[in-house]
Amino acid sequence: MPETKVTSPAQEALEEWERDTLQPVLEKHPERKSSFQTVSLEETNRLYSPADVEPLDFERDISFPGNFPYTRGIHPTGYRGKLWTMRQFAGFSTPEETNARFKYLLAQGQNGLSVAYDLPTLMGYDADSPLSEGEVGKCGVAVSSLADMEVLFDKIPLEHVTVSQTINAPASVLLAMYLVVAEKQGADWKKISGTLQNDILKEYIAQKEWIYPIRPAMKLVIDTFEFCTQQVPRYNPVSVSGYHIREAGATAVQELAFTLRDGLEYVEWGIRAGLELDEFVPRISFFFNAHNDFFEEVAKYRAARRIWAREMRDRFGSTNERTLKLRFHTQTAGVSLTVQQPLNNIVRVAIQALAGVLGGTQSLHTDAYDEALALPTDRAALIALRTQQIIAEETGVANTVDPLGGSYYVESLTQKMEEGARDYFRRIDAMGGMVEAIEKGFPQRELQDSAYQYQKAVERGEQVIVGVNKYAMEDEPAVSTLVIDESVREHQVNRLQQTRARRDGGAVSNALEKLRRAAQNDENTMPATIEAVRAYATLGEICSALRDVYGIYEEPAF
Amino acid sequence: MNERKIRVLVAKPGLDGHDRGAKVIARALRDAGMEVIYTGLRQTPEMIAAAALQEDVDAVGVSILSGAHNTLCPRIVQLLRDQGMDDCLVLLGGIVPQDDIAKLKQQGVAEIFLPGTSTENIVKFLRENVKPRE
Repeated sequence: MPETKVTSPAQEALEEWERDTLQPVLEKHPERKSSFQTVSLEETNRLYSPADVEPLDFERDISFPGNFPYTRGIHPTGYRGKLWTMRQFAGFSTPEETNARFKYLLAQGQNGLSVAYDLPTLMGYDADSPLSEGEVGKCGVAVSSLADMEVLFDKIPLEHVTVSQTINAPASVLLAMYLVVAEKQGADWKKISGTLQNDILKEYIAQKEWIYPIRPAMKLVIDTFEFCTQQVPRYNPVSVSGYHIREAGATAVQELAFTLRDGLEYVEWGIRAGLELDEFVPRISFFFNAHNDFFEEVAKYRAARRIWAREMRDRFGSTNERTLKLRFHTQTAGVSLTVQQPLNNIVRVAIQALAGVLGGTQSLHTDAYDEALALPTDRAALIALRTQQIIAEETGVANTVDPLGGSYYVESLTQKMEEGARDYFRRIDAMGGMVEAIEKGFPQRELQDSAYQYQKAVERGEQVIVGVNKYAMEDEPAVSTLVIDESVREHQVNRLQQTRARRDGGAVSNALEKLRRAAQNDENTMPATIEAVRAYATLGEICSALRDVYGIYEEPAF
Repeated sequence: MNERKIRVLVAKPGLDGHDRGAKVIARALRDAGMEVIYTGLRQTPEMIAAAALQEDVDAVGVSILSGAHNTLCPRIVQLLRDQGMDDCLVLLGGIVPQDDIAKLKQQGVAEIFLPGTSTENIVKFLRENVKPRE
């Protein structure tokens, strides 16, 4: 049968415009470039028109905010009811210093806390480990035992302030410390809310702060799901993170695809462990990057909600609204910040943050302008928070729900994002799932490749970075940065030694032995971890007990 | 006689896992015709010096984003010198505050490359500064 091309009126109108209006102009005035690409190196069309959204059905694909598939947001009132949570990630030096920064941020109108831990803590080593030399308190706050955690949250009421903790490989230990501090404050675990990052899959893909091999590490994550569902029901035990995947070089579609597929993997593992879908999935939250390409980012967040809702319905058969709704935190792209002319970063951050807001984020961190140089100074951290307050209170963008909904470009890009992510889902499903794909090095190689292609595009001048490969300046005024000196390690090692001297050594060994047994017998490790933390066993000791049972992860060469 | 290819060890010391930069550099140097050995993550200065000796490299490119450079870099330089690799260049890339740069150079780091450096500049630096072998 001969193929007959059906042209719609919208398509015909577009072709007419191209012929009669566009062509004569192009002949006289060629465009600036032969190709226009997003920061993900995706081609962008000259124009988007009704022809591009013809395949979309309003009810099925876009709908109203608060209605399936939640493309336009999970709340019918958007930010008219409640603004997003302004949650600045902070942590440096000693627990005393970070506690003071937290109190300062709360006094400036921030309404949630977010803890950055240092590298020894992230890797499960104590401050006095030889491997910790030069790293204590540098990239975040140093925490080696409950004694540090008590100082970190001193006079911060954990029943009322929500705290997000960026910790992954040793997340169950830090959760235990947090819960014991809350208990000592007299807080009710049933009323505590907050978030544990606890996303180990993206560590193997992107950030690479792992301890144990991937399968036992997944088991520890599921232990926290089970424990929180029963004992800390308002707490989010995982924040499935695309942020680090993007920072490591992913495109927007790769960030979206790998993050959501990681989320599906946690759901599958939870179900396999016997958890009830609609009991634990509503506590899974997400964390995305906000990069420079404004519309690509907005489309990414809208697509994320739609894909998650459809996957929860179609893959797992859920009809529970709380399971279907994807909630997420956003952070502006650290990787986009420049050392050169660092004050320009304030502008980048503002535009990226606006994309997060127009994408309907539930909470937001804005980077400080000096973060390509060091950890933020007080002044830089304050401007970052004020940036969010200006967007919220001055620009009017929070007055209406999903203001970009219905834009031919944004809707068409949202659709393209969904298709790109689904293509990756098919490839990963065919490998047997995300754990298997990671074991094969698939997402790792995809990221490395994208990072390299982007670097090449920058070096060819196709991707412009203002102040770096265009508009560069010779003599730039220096900005002052925060310096963390080696006295932090001394201070932390002192407290660690005092803690070890004061505690009941027998109780510590018993608790660690119990933890080893729980791990060997495949029981939930949370109760034994909490007991060890209460006895002031250190982070390093607890992780060592689990290393004894599980071994350590060695990355193959990909 | 064929000219000997420049051999570079790309190393990630310390606890930091951010290896995007190290991997991009390794690939760019390979594309520029150099022989590149990548150590993988979390190598101690001792492991890096031993690998440099075993692989007989002309340069060691160290990537550190965690702020631990003042502790780790001088030690790598010292260990290389102790094993007689006086001509082996040590290059550092990463997040390094301006105030640390002069001191690191005094301690024997040949050059420090900050975020935003083009890989072409690093290739050029190596070609101009690696000492020809006899």
